[in-house]
Amino acid sequence: MTRLAYGLVALIGIAAAGLGGYGVVGGAGTLRLAWLVPLGGLELTLDPLGGLFLGLIGFAAVPASVYAMGYPDGDGRGRFAYVVFVVSMCLVPVAANAMTFVIAWELMSLASYFLVLHDRESEESIRAAWIYAVMTHVGLACLLAGMLLLGADLGSLRFADWRVSAPALDPTTRNAVFVLLALGFAGKAGVIPLHVWLPLAHPAAPSHVSALMSGVMIKLGIYGLLRVTLDWLGSGPPWWGVALLIAGAVSSVIGVLYAVVEQDLKRLLAFCSIENIGIILLGIGSAALYQVAGLEALALLGLVAALYHTVNHAVFKALLFLGAGAVVHATGTRNMEAMGGLIKRMPWTAACFLVGSSAIAALPPLNGFVSEWLTFLALFQNTRLDAVGQNVVFTLGIASLALTGGLAMVCFVKAFGITFLALPRSDAAAGAHEASPPMRVAMLALAAACVALGLGPTLVVPAFGSVAASLLRTTPPAAGGTWLTLRVSGDFASLSTVAIAVSIAVSLLVPLLALRLVGASRRTRSYETWGCGRIVQTARMEYTATAFANPFKRVFDFFYRPTKRLDIEFHPESRFFVERIEYENPTRSIFDDWLYRPALDLLHSVARAVGALQSGSANQYLAYILAALLLMLVLA
Amino acid sequence: MIAEVAGAIVQVLVVGAGAPLLVGALRTLKARLVGRRGPSPWQPYANLRKLLAKEAVVSTTTSWVFRATPYILAATLLVTGLIVPVTTTRPPLAFAGNIILLVYLFMLGTFFLALAGLDAGSAFGGMGASREVAVAALAEPTVIVAVFALALRADTIDLGRIVERFRGEPWLAANPAHLLAFAAFFIVMLAETGRLPVDNPATHLELTMIHEAMVLEYSGRYLALVEWAAAMKLFLFMTLLANLFVPWGLREPTGPVAVLLGLLALAGKLALLTTAVAVLETGVAKLRLFRVPELLAGSFALAFLSLMAVFLVR
Repeated sequence: MTRLAYGLVALIGIAAAGLGGYGVVGGAGTLRLAWLVPLGGLELTLDPLGGLFLGLIGFAAVPASVYAMGYPDGDGRGRFAYVVFVVSMCLVPVAANAMTFVIAWELMSLASYFLVLHDRESEESIRAAWIYAVMTHVGLACLLAGMLLLGADLGSLRFADWRVSAPALDPTTRNAVFVLLALGFAGKAGVIPLHVWLPLAHPAAPSHVSALMSGVMIKLGIYGLLRVTLDWLGSGPPWWGVALLIAGAVSSVIGVLYAVVEQDLKRLLAFCSIENIGIILLGIGSAALYQVAGLEALALLGLVAALYHTVNHAVFKALLFLGAGAVVHATGTRNMEAMGGLIKRMPWTAACFLVGSSAIAALPPLNGFVSEWLTFLALFQNTRLDAVGQNVVFTLGIASLALTGGLAMVCFVKAFGITFLALPRSDAAAGAHEASPPMRVAMLALAAACVALGLGPTLVVPAFGSVAASLLRTTPPAAGGTWLTLRVSGDFASLSTVAIAVSIAVSLLVPLLALRLVGASRRTRSYETWGCGRIVQTARMEYTATAFANPFKRVFDFFYRPTKRLDIEFHPESRFFVERIEYENPTRSIFDDWLYRPALDLLHSVARAVGALQSGSANQYLAYILAALLLMLVLA
Repeated sequence: MIAEVAGAIVQVLVVGAGAPLLVGALRTLKARLVGRRGPSPWQPYANLRKLLAKEAVVSTTTSWVFRATPYILAATLLVTGLIVPVTTTRPPLAFAGNIILLVYLFMLGTFFLALAGLDAGSAFGGMGASREVAVAALAEPTVIVAVFALALRADTIDLGRIVERFRGEPWLAANPAHLLAFAAFFIVMLAETGRLPVDNPATHLELTMIHEAMVLEYSGRYLALVEWAAAMKLFLFMTLLANLFVPWGLREPTGPVAVLLGLLALAGKLALLTTAVAVLETGVAKLRLFRVPELLAGSFALAFLSLMAVFLVR
């Protein structure tokens, strides 16, 4: 039964991927069931952008489901929610009116809420699910308000009508709608400071669900942002683009700063998703600004970079979460401090995780590098804009993207190095076992996709270019470059990952041959690690994840605001013998302390003040009714 | 086609064979500056030969990552050697991705070297790896922003074309922003290649080392490859600095004479730059580790100012 459900989702995924691909190449179609729901009925339309996201969901759902089929001792709980989750995600990008969209959106949120609550025994899961439910419904309230405001002004809830008449609305309404919808979608995408649910909810769900939540669900927030910024409302004032760029710069740097110091493997990946959403926003923001300035070719470039990174992140983040799931299953913990040495016990998982880590750290020639390269190129060409203020914002974007690239590399040296290399840090890690065959197949397929997307930008970019052109309502650019080299903006820059891959492969032969030629010694002796004369090497001598990230904790202490706690228990007989030392060095979230805590306190105090009205006395309630009636009579 | 392959081979030979000499010359100069005779500039070649003849000791704790890393590292540096304009303004792989590719290829090498540092499971390797990636991550934005400031003035991000543009129109370079970018790039060059005041390449106290602590477990041919790669990195960074900021002497690859002239010009520029680094290294002490980020933040501020100047003074 469980396998049947996951098999069904895999089939749905294949169908969605096919249909999405059909949409990307320009296929269109509409399905309308007016009787099914009120306010416009159920209406689905396939267009290139929707097709891209539909295809992406389908593409990610297949390996996630195959993986879930192979996940041992799964009791099948949550399989129904999983089916609903994937189906409702598929409906979001093809929804053609507000009613359909909101129903699909809410179904997706509810289904994922139940999946986050998978482990209903643990306090942590319950808290994560609760925060997720609150945040996602605050977002939904913003979306509803924005959509109803727009619908009331235009007299229609169909997106096609918005496209036609929304650009003519007065600026105040358009700005209000933009703010409301952008807040709602940014919350789902995990943009800082609306991200607080994400690092709690994603790790709590089972790993194949985390893969889909981080890989594709938050991308639907990006989908919504694209629709709002570039499609539904037409092109807006420059501050929309500036706001997106700043949000992107902040999310990318802060997301990766949190990821670097994280010890929980799955939470590290979740923070890293925030970083990648930031990188995508940098592309979208630049596209919006270029479009306002009438630089269509550059707007296309920015949008293609954003779409490419969206797809890439879905692929490598799904891969990394599946890998993390295999590790968590094998070791029984998410704490990296209890892992280590897994490369010898789980060679396949380790190899796939290494591919995913290199891809997400944007190492050439893999896919993360290609989309970050395109994003850099889109940001670099801001000199074509003749507005100094905007240039400065772009420059901040460049600097934050560069810093993010470096920190992401650190983050994944840590994630891979501490988890998979050296000696196991616990008995569970020492006794770990390789993932089951279906899990390995799912990871290998995603790793292959990372390589393919890395080597094939000359094929992928034109396809995304036509999707971007349909969204910006321009003609797609003539193909730049040849099959080998991608040319961007005429002679400005070019990229050839195939050439890079071939050169690295050939260059690998150079040291191998050179060592032969000069007659280097080929003798190798296996011996223990050098350790200053100590007798045995144990895992306690290894560098820990905490220690590895400590330089960053010190450099950015104004941001982490680490607190130290040292507890020493001495032996009752003598103070010279220590029985137990406890040391904690946690970081504090400035968002919790300075934003959410005061906001909640304010909410509580307002609620308490309003609560004074609720005395419980029937007479008083009658008095309220009378007063209300009198007030209405006076006003009427 | 044949000319391009020949150009690629020449460039790889110059980088691969010239790098140890640069390191040797730097050591000799430093020794002379403090009044020692010092080793001959050819000493690094002798060191490499000695290492190649020795057997390699590999820790039982390590995995294939440890053994593959020296090869990956050497390969990435050879590839970067094809991107940097060393002897001509049209390096063979210029079309493959320009400055961004260059920065990320350096990161690829650092990524694997740091993993290898963790692989042996000793505290030294982990400590070195942690510090090395911290320095690399904080230096990366400066490299990109500083080179981008040049690229903006030259209106291309192709390194070779930047050189051509500045050589043709020297007045473009005659402004304070150029000097700021140079200072910023010089500082990150010291940081990225593990020179004083960021890291001390001559120390033998593991606790104060960064790069040397990370590669502590390597021996024999593996160590030879790692040292060769480190020398190539120094060579490439100094070449970048020399050719981007002092573009004269470098030509289009019109024939062997042009390449030879480019090589001679490079030798002259590197000699000056090596002297500058040697004087600097004799004059300053190593910074405390947690003062290094301040230095890097300073260099980033310089690069950022240089970039802002492009917008504000155009």
